[in-house]
Amino acid sequence: MTKKEIVDQYFLEHRAKVLDIAAFLDRIDRSGETDADFRIDALMRCIKELQSEKEGRTERILSILSDHTTEPIDHAGMKGACGAVPPPS
Amino acid sequence: MAYIDPHIHMVSRTTDDYQRMAQAGCVAITEPAFWAGFDRSSVQGFFDYYRQLTDTEPKRAANYGIKHHCWLCINPKEAEDVGFAREVISIIPDFLDCKNVLGIGEIGLNNNSKNELIILEEQLALAERLNQLVLVHTPHLEDKLKGTTLIMDAIENTSLDPNRVLIDHVEEHTVHAVLNRGFWAGMTLYPDTKCTPQRAADIIEMHGTERLWINSAGDWGPSDPLAVPKCRLELASRGHSKSLINTISYDNPLSFLSQSGKFSVE
Repeated sequence: MTKKEIVDQYFLEHRAKVLDIAAFLDRIDRSGETDADFRIDALMRCIKELQSEKEGRTERILSILSDHTTEPIDHAGMKGACGAVPPPS
Repeated sequence: MAYIDPHIHMVSRTTDDYQRMAQAGCVAITEPAFWAGFDRSSVQGFFDYYRQLTDTEPKRAANYGIKHHCWLCINPKEAEDVGFAREVISIIPDFLDCKNVLGIGEIGLNNNSKNELIILEEQLALAERLNQLVLVHTPHLEDKLKGTTLIMDAIENTSLDPNRVLIDHVEEHTVHAVLNRGFWAGMTLYPDTKCTPQRAADIIEMHGTERLWINSAGDWGPSDPLAVPKCRLELASRGHSKSLINTISYDNPLSFLSQSGKFSVE
């Protein structure tokens, strides 16, 4: 596909997704709570990566959101994966 | 055009889904044993689940002209209790001769724990001993990258042929390593947590179609049993050939699954 064909086919879909992210962040602001959340911190790092001009953004963003330790953990917890790496407890 | 959905959990889906899948061209599915959304309290619970997979679901699917196959295992989420998991594993060989059982799966890791890894290794040994195909579940979200590496390392410590192992739920950060190490790779098409049809099409454009398939992994959570035909449509909208679309959604699953000697679309 040409660049124009790609933009023609997908622009509106991704315009909507950017607006969803903006609305999500506005919603958090309206909660009035200012304490940090590691998931939002990770999301903001991902948004910064979007501004990169180098191809491979998806893989780099998945890397930002991944656990990079290499050893198995001692015990499986009760909680499932949450999409970003929690701070050490 | 006919398609195969090589990973879908029909025990969690309605009969209407079978009908819609058949209308969309689905001719065959494979259903890995998985976590049902709750931990089962006894080995008998698994025995009944395996009966459902080997007896009940094939009949439901046949009503819509869909061939049903399955994979058996204890899934990683219920593998933390090693003693219990071993009891479940002990009943699996009794079902492996059923005509729709293709191999061991979906085994793998969930939280990347030591006990999950022990049970993964024991089920890999079972597959090795009984010469079974293997279907692998890789962990969710932030745990996927680490878990995929641990799983591939564990498989490479066995004599299993990587060409007889499919590692599922790959994304952009894992697909390259899985294919480079000689395994088959599956892309799961989920609305939120794995690949969208658009991203799967991107991965196909970047990596080609060799040893790669797509599946819906439709289950009891947010998922879409028609995700495979939607990805086919996405590929067609980008101008890809019928041949490429057929390769990724029919020929490749057929090639991998036929190694079991039991897979059939008729």
